[in-house]
This record gives sequence, structure tokens and C-alpha cells, in this order.
Amino acid sequence: MKTTVFLGTVAAAALIGGMAAADTLADVKARGVLNCGVNTGLVGFAAPDANGNWSGFDIAVCKAVAAAVLGDASKVKYIPTTGQTRFTALASGEVDVLARNSTWTFQRDTDLKLDFVGVNYFDGQGFMVRKDLGVTSAKELDGATICIQTGTSTELNLADYFKHNNMTYQPVNIDSNAEGEQQYMAGACDAYTTDASGLAATRAAFADPENHIILPEIISKEPLGPAVRHGDNNWGDVVRWTLYALIAAEEYGVTSANLEELAKSSTNPEVQRLLGASDDYGKMLGLDKDWAKRAIAASGNYGEIFAATIGEQTPIGLARGLNAQWTQGGLMYAMPFR
Amino acid sequence: MTDLPAGQDPPFRLSMLVRDRRYRSLTIQAGVFILVMLFAAWLVSNTVENLARMGKTFDFGFLGNRSGYDIPFSLIPYSSDSTHLRAAGVGLLNTLLVSALGCLFATIIGVLVGVLRLSSNWLVSRLMTVYVEVFRNVPLLLWILVIMAVFTEAMPAPRDYRPAADGTASASMILFDSVAPTNRYTSVPALRVDHDPGPVVLGPLSLSAPLLAFLVALAAAWLIHRWVRARAQARQDATGIRPVTWWITLALYLVPLIALSRLFGLHLVTPELRGFNFAGGMNLDNGFVVLLLALSLYTGAFIAEIVRAGIMAVSRGQSEAAAALGLRARPIMALVVLPQALRVIIPPLISQFLNLTKNSSLAIAVGYPDLRATLGGTTLNQTGREMESMLLMMAIYLALSLVISGVMNVYNASVRLKER
Repeated sequence: MKTTVFLGTVAAAALIGGMAAADTLADVKARGVLNCGVNTGLVGFAAPDANGNWSGFDIAVCKAVAAAVLGDASKVKYIPTTGQTRFTALASGEVDVLARNSTWTFQRDTDLKLDFVGVNYFDGQGFMVRKDLGVTSAKELDGATICIQTGTSTELNLADYFKHNNMTYQPVNIDSNAEGEQQYMAGACDAYTTDASGLAATRAAFADPENHIILPEIISKEPLGPAVRHGDNNWGDVVRWTLYALIAAEEYGVTSANLEELAKSSTNPEVQRLLGASDDYGKMLGLDKDWAKRAIAASGNYGEIFAATIGEQTPIGLARGLNAQWTQGGLMYAMPFR
Repeated sequence: MTDLPAGQDPPFRLSMLVRDRRYRSLTIQAGVFILVMLFAAWLVSNTVENLARMGKTFDFGFLGNRSGYDIPFSLIPYSSDSTHLRAAGVGLLNTLLVSALGCLFATIIGVLVGVLRLSSNWLVSRLMTVYVEVFRNVPLLLWILVIMAVFTEAMPAPRDYRPAADGTASASMILFDSVAPTNRYTSVPALRVDHDPGPVVLGPLSLSAPLLAFLVALAAAWLIHRWVRARAQARQDATGIRPVTWWITLALYLVPLIALSRLFGLHLVTPELRGFNFAGGMNLDNGFVVLLLALSLYTGAFIAEIVRAGIMAVSRGQSEAAAALGLRARPIMALVVLPQALRVIIPPLISQFLNLTKNSSLAIAVGYPDLRATLGGTTLNQTGREMESMLLMMAIYLALSLVISGVMNVYNASVRLKER
């Protein structure tokens, strides 16, 4: 009996050990489901609705990748990760792609062995305070108690900012955005700091968003983007070019509405290549010809996704700002499909 | 088996390793041992290989790098410029602080409740039963979260103490305007010195000079006190009359303390609201208070049961005999029952202390920066050294537990029934 249990354990352990293969694309295709690491809940970026259906800006990236690789945007398993668990989840193979407001930094790219495939939101760290606190600038926060998500790059920025400006603060470490919201609402901290987009999203979920302001100071650069494991370049290419396909689609005016029509009639060679009308670019990625069409059809192009999830018409109300197309004075710039 | 002449073993053959009862158990043990070792070796090599495949090396060098993050509660000087090693040290000290205080309070609560549960007063004993059952049967994490929620939601924010335009504040300080409970921390008066001659540096340690002076004075007073008591005892043994020494003892402790206080200008500073927060006093972080409270109450419930079991293990005849000698209830408990009960109580108490120490890693739920939150939290995350951080943390907790159980075993040996 004991031997059986023992051998069983060995077999199970061997199975787990053997799973660390490096061909993520083949794994995802074989599994039929994309494991996507997302936020535990940040309205507008990644949050489940009352029926448990996830939606949001980061979710759209997962859907586009699933549509491109598996042909079905719904074949995604969303795995909520906290600021602390996200990179471990990616490194251990628990998720195939991490689309969770993660900042592209030198150290994460090199030492943590992640590969950021691109940037889907150019952000910066800000502070949110109650209006009746009478604070109008982050420089007035000397001595304040500040809620901060532990294990994030914002934690380091905060320490640097206060040190640089010769101010003191009392950090309150929190584990998730929901906990931060609760602590901030209860007044356990004077200010809540995270990426400005996250602050806007959090504020939008408040009962009284008009009583809170986001201070004008942006204390850091936070380029947020999807990340994959280092070393699997093929899979990295798939996610990277899916993202670029969404961005390029907006640039060339390809939307989910005119997609089919343009695939047939467009005379723009770039659009033809993107939609697989002329060359078969999908093959070079290990996908089929219509991969980009499906990715764009999943939730629309980059501009459509932005407008539907976090844009000015939504409760979150973020302006395009830096995230406008490069032709509109923004930083969104898809590499050429050629 | 053929008959052999008595006192003569058959010559050893290899098949006897399996067939002969005397060797079979050894064979099995050796076999299992080899298998376990092979399994362990396989696990290690698998881990190393997989880490190497991910391009990760096994290296503790990150401990010497700048940490870059701030820790809200620290017993030793620490800033974001300190190393990860120091951050881990801060975390370890915080773990030790909450564990040591937790063990102390849990023991006090446990002994009190355990004794009271056996009280003949119906109301008292039932109340204690309710306490024990409620705390013992709900997971500790829930208690921590519930108590934290009460502290966060029910306590006033610091700015509620500021008078509004009409001159009244919505919250006021308690205990003669000296303590301010808030939803972030409880601000209590702090001792401050006016003339601080600076820290005394002893190698890597640096101690505050006034603190050191007070400690030395207290230790000296205690030593002299012992000597005075021994002399009084000797006098009593010789003459039968015990000399009056209480005023000597009082003077021994009070005179140096008062003198040192005057010398350093020691005084109490009450907290006052300055800017966003209270300043001047000492701010006891809610995470710390909540964790300490939850750990003490939770473990206290277990210790209460251990104490009750220990007391009930002492035969009734003991307390009846003591009562027959004319002792009252309290001396019976303190002088007769508890000393005997201790022998039953100590061994399971060790486990409770170990549990409490390990449970303190739930601090992450309330943002108290213990070892798990610094080394196993932010450091692990910012450096991405999961394996190293986890192994180091496991080694530290293991060492901590071994030290605690070692010390408690020594204590256990001292109260054990002495057999002569």
C-alpha cells in the first residue's frame, strides 16, 4: 500500500516536472484554451461582471490572442493574479500570457526573465485624495499615510519620490486593489497611489467619485503591456504581433464593422497584408492566414477597445492622451506589417 | 531451518537479507532510505535544471543590493537605501516582536481563562467556555480580518480629531487626552529624553545611551536586591527575626531611576495632531495591534484548554488535602495545584508557542511588515528570487522554532518531576 502511494507520488511529480516545455504555442493549441493572467479586479481593465464574464481593456488582449491562435475569442481561462503572484504565475507556466497592468522595467525584462511584447497603455503613477483634504499637489503630502500595493513598481517609485523631495510618509501595504479601495474609503490612508489609469478606474467604482481628485503630479513612467516568458520567442512573436495588429488596424481604419469588407476590397497593400488578403503572414507565426482578422474581430481595433472599456464615454473617462496613434500625436505605433 | 548447536549463528548468506527476520527489517529500512534519498536528489536536480532552463541561477547576491522600498514599522534604523538583507532583518525582528509579545499575552490569557473555566461560579465558567469555543473553532485568518475591519471601520480617522469650524471635533482622545485610537494606529504617549548623549556603538550594534543606562541601573538594582534578600534570609535563619528590607529594595530601584531621569531629562510626550497624522507620541500600527490581539486571543483559547487539562490531571486529593490543612482557594491553586499541573502543561504549551510564531506570518493580511512580508513579499517580488527567498525564509522559521522548542525543553526539564 505504502509503496503504491509512494510510486504514485513519484509519477505525479515526474509529470509536473515534465510539463515545463518551451513551446507555448503548441501547448495552447493542444490545450484548446489560453491561460491569461489578469488583474483580480480593476474596473475597465479586467473585472468580471455579475455573471462572471470578464471584460476590460486587458481582457481584450487575451481575447484577441485567443481568437488569433485558437479561432475563438471565448476560449480563454482568466486567472486572477495579485501584484505579488503575477510574475511567479507566468514564470511557473500557470499562465501563457500576463495582461495585467504590468510595467515594463529593465529589471523585470532582464532579471525576472520576462519578455514584454509591447505597450498597450502608457501610464504614470499618480495620487488620489479626498477633495475635503484640501491638498492640490503631491508636494503637500509630507507626513501623509499612503496606501500602496505591495510588490509593485509603484512601491519603489513612491520611496524614490518622497526621498527625492525630502518628504516623509507612512506606507500602508495592501495586497489588492479591492483592499486598497476599502482602506482608502475608510480613511485608513490619506492618499492612494497607483497608476493614474488605475486610480481613474478605482474612482469610477466609488459611490461619490466627485469627492475625490487625482493630483496633477505624475511621478513615474509606467508603460503597461502584456508579458510572456523569456526564451520562447515564437510565442512572444504571436502575442506581440497580435497587439500590433490591433494598433495597426486603428491606424489604417480597419474596424470590427468594416473588417470583412476591407479584406475583400481594400487596395492599401498594408491592410491587405494585415488581413491576409495578399501574403500569408500567419504562416510565419505558426498560425493561419486569417489570424489578424479574427484578432480584430474579437473586440475591435485598439481604438474601439479603448473607447469601449476605459475611454471618455465610459465611467472611467480616460482621454487618449499619450495613447493616441502616432499620427494623432500619441505614442501608439505599430511596427510595419511587411 | 535445521537445528544448529546453541550459541552458534548460521553463516551469513545474501538470501538471509530477505528471508531472515533479523535482517529483513534492516533491508527494508535501507531500501526505503535509498529510495527517499533518490527522490530528494531527483527533486533537487529537477529544480536546478528547470531553473537553469528558465535562465535563473541560484544566487543569494541580491541580499546585498539596495532594497528601494520603505517599511512602515521598523525596530532598527532602515530606509529605502538599506539592503535587502537589512529589510529581511527588520522583518525578522518584527516577527520576533509580535511572536514574543503574543506568546506572553496568550499565556496570561490562557492561564486565567483555563483556571476560570473550572470556577464554581456558573456564569464565569460558562463565559470562559464561550470564549474558548468561539476562538478555537474559527480560523485565525478570519479573526485577524474581522478585528482589522473593526479597527478600520469603527475607529475615527486622525483628522476627525481636528476641531471643525464650530470648535468641536467629532472624536476626542481618551485617558486624560493622552491616547488617540485611530483607524491607522493607536497613538500613545512616548518617553523622550532632552539630553541624549548619542548612541553607544558596540560593534555592529548601536544602542541608545539612556536606554543602556537604565538597563544597567535596573540590572545592578536587581543584583543588589538579591544580595540584600540573601543576607536577610541568613539573618532570619540565624536569629529567627527577619530584618525589614522593603525600604532598601524600594530605594534600590527608585533612586537610580529618578536620578537618571533627571540627568537625561526624561519626560512623557503626549501625541498631538500635526498635519495629516498624530506626531510626538508613539504610533502603534493597527496591523501590529490587530495581529497581536488576534494571535493572543486565538492561541490563548488553546492554552486555556491545555491549562484546564493540566489542572484536572492533578488528583482531587491534592486540593482536598491542602484544604484540610487550612489553605484557601487561591493559595491552593498557586502553591499546590498549578506547580503540579505545569508538568502536564509545558509539553503541549511548546507546540502552541511554535504555532503562534508560525501563525504570525499571517501578518500579510493586515499589512504588518513581518519576515513573510519583507523577505517573502516585497523583496521576493522586486528581485524575482523566489527560490532563494523561500528557502531562506524556511530556514529562518525552522531555526526560530528549534530555538523556541529548545528553550522550552530546558524549562520543561526544570519543572519535571525530579526522580531520585
